[in-house]
Amino acid sequence: MRAAVLIAAKDLAQRIRDKSAILLGLVAPLGLALIFSAIIPDTSGSFNVDIAIVDQDGGAVAAGFIEEVLPSVEEAGILTVTGYEDADTAIADVESGTRHAAYIFPSGLTTSVESGGGAVVQMVGNVDQTISTQIARAVLDGYLAEVDAVSIAVGAAAMSGGTDLASLSERAAVVPAAVVLADVEAAGRELDATTFFSAGMAIFFLFFTVQFGVSSLLEERLHGTLPRLLGAPISRWSIIGGKGITSFVLGLVSMLVLAVATTVLIGAEWGNPVGVAILMVSGVLSALGIMAVVAVISKTPEQAANWQSIVAVVLGLLGGTFFPLSQGPRILALLSKLTPHAWFLQGLGDLSAGGSLSVVVVPALAMITFFAVTAGIAVVFGRKVLAV
Amino acid sequence: MNVLECVGLVKAFDDLVAVDDVGFHIAAGETYGLLGPNGAGKTTSISIVSGILEPDAGTVTVGSHRITTRSTEGKGDIGYVPQDIAIYPDLTGRENLRFFGKLYGIPKARLGPRIEEVLEVIGLADRGDDRTGEYSGGMKRRLNIGIGLLHEPRLLILDEPTVGVDPQSRNAILESVEELGRSGTAVLYTTHYMEEAERLCDRVGIIDGGKIRAEGTRRELVELVGQRDTVNLGVVGSARRLVDGLSSVTEIESITATEGAVEILVDGASKLLPRILEVAQQAQVAVSGVEVVEPNLEAVFLHLTGKALRD
Repeated sequence: MRAAVLIAAKDLAQRIRDKSAILLGLVAPLGLALIFSAIIPDTSGSFNVDIAIVDQDGGAVAAGFIEEVLPSVEEAGILTVTGYEDADTAIADVESGTRHAAYIFPSGLTTSVESGGGAVVQMVGNVDQTISTQIARAVLDGYLAEVDAVSIAVGAAAMSGGTDLASLSERAAVVPAAVVLADVEAAGRELDATTFFSAGMAIFFLFFTVQFGVSSLLEERLHGTLPRLLGAPISRWSIIGGKGITSFVLGLVSMLVLAVATTVLIGAEWGNPVGVAILMVSGVLSALGIMAVVAVISKTPEQAANWQSIVAVVLGLLGGTFFPLSQGPRILALLSKLTPHAWFLQGLGDLSAGGSLSVVVVPALAMITFFAVTAGIAVVFGRKVLAV
Repeated sequence: MNVLECVGLVKAFDDLVAVDDVGFHIAAGETYGLLGPNGAGKTTSISIVSGILEPDAGTVTVGSHRITTRSTEGKGDIGYVPQDIAIYPDLTGRENLRFFGKLYGIPKARLGPRIEEVLEVIGLADRGDDRTGEYSGGMKRRLNIGIGLLHEPRLLILDEPTVGVDPQSRNAILESVEELGRSGTAVLYTTHYMEEAERLCDRVGIIDGGKIRAEGTRRELVELVGQRDTVNLGVVGSARRLVDGLSSVTEIESITATEGAVEILVDGASKLLPRILEVAQQAQVAVSGVEVVEPNLEAVFLHLTGKALRD
């Protein structure tokens, strides 16, 4: 064990000195997480549209929207509503980007609806906030469709005679169903965009980071230092162990630093630290095993690096590190279970949804299984590497 | 007492038998040379001796420890200097020495002073804190040897340490090996340079095709194959008269006379030279020059294998 630690300490000193591990393990994933979380809007519950609302109507139709629909949408965290006295100020704020969109309920809207006449609710959206504008429009469209249906029903009732039209309209106008947001089970929750890209980039680049340790066995052979290690009074297992420790430490440090950095810098929410730590350790082990297999079946460090890059990218894409798998076909979600990445992200998603520590057990076991199988293969083939 | 004993070493790679029944021993303070051309089986032999390669048959014992690829005891008594430079280019000279010193279990209190001693011996004391990637080829080669010396091994194995080295560094390396022998270290030295084997080695094993063809001191090897000394005389006057005069000297193997020169093949030139000069004087032949050429290992190798060392 002492010899393995010595070899690992030497390897780590070399990696820190050549800066490649720092670049691939920290700088690249952190940079990409920052970029992705900045340019791709959050499509989960934390995405928020800032709305200006101007009620010039003061009647039941506007009140139905403002008092019945908007509060439930606001509560779900989708919209934030700010009331305005006049339309010009609201529109100016939208144009300046202070608000994403504005709803303007014109004077006489309710009267017009009650009388069965036409009416226009104005919505102004910021051209640079297309998704926010679409969400704002969808919320309003849903309500207006209800108003339209009620208006038709009221008209039909009036034509059948004998009903107090005013009170019927007033009652009907407040009936429209509020937008219903169904909560989902914790297991089906997705990470918010910031956390998703932070975790996705961390697990994606983890596979590049751990390769430095396992591939250094091939570098020892290339530099002629492997015979020297083999001739030293140490066990051969301590050489393999040293490389494993190097990979493990590099991978774990990279993940930890990224978790802390993305939490502090961009507000990523990784979840329960103990659960995250379990997922990280099992994720690092799975990456170590897979990359060790690639290293020991390669003949040169260059060949290993090429194959490891291919494996890391394919597994990363398949494992859903660049986009949520729920947005792809179902077969993709099934195939993703063949990658540690998907298990890691699933575990984090469940944790961030407020799940207890037990939600990481299955993902962690899945990743440890990857490690057990691949490490076994690597040990069998690794004997060839040690035969100089 | 022997520090190293190898018995019946055999190693084959598929159909190629690289080492075939190789055996030798080295005593403390003795320098043993394995002399042979490239591909003769030298590196495979010492890889087995160092515990890097597992033999198909045979045993290696250093001190009282059997050496195998799995053993750890006994390997601490071996200092191994591979043919290829085996150092970490992104570590400094001192860091390289420190890493291998720790790996060989040198106590912390001893390691620092020992590193400085070795740096002094290999002439890198002022460059110890430079990364070895910035070293010249000769400096790397010296550090390569320094790592092998660091833990003060009982047996030092050097695999062609002077290949690709400039003459100055080469001489420094040879002097270091001579000094090690004098200090009581057993040295196993492989080379395909006949001059190095003759200069350094107390005994030489001539290896070719994976087999040790002959073994012994230089004199023993020469005698083994019946090689003789050659005395070349430059003469003024009748070489014929000198040849006639020398025909009565029974120790002379053969005489060849040309214009102004006589080549005499004898057994033990140093003893016979006064007699030869006396005959020349009696024959009234003036001797203008004398050269005695002792048989060398190159000739022995040629005799044993039918090919030159550098073939």
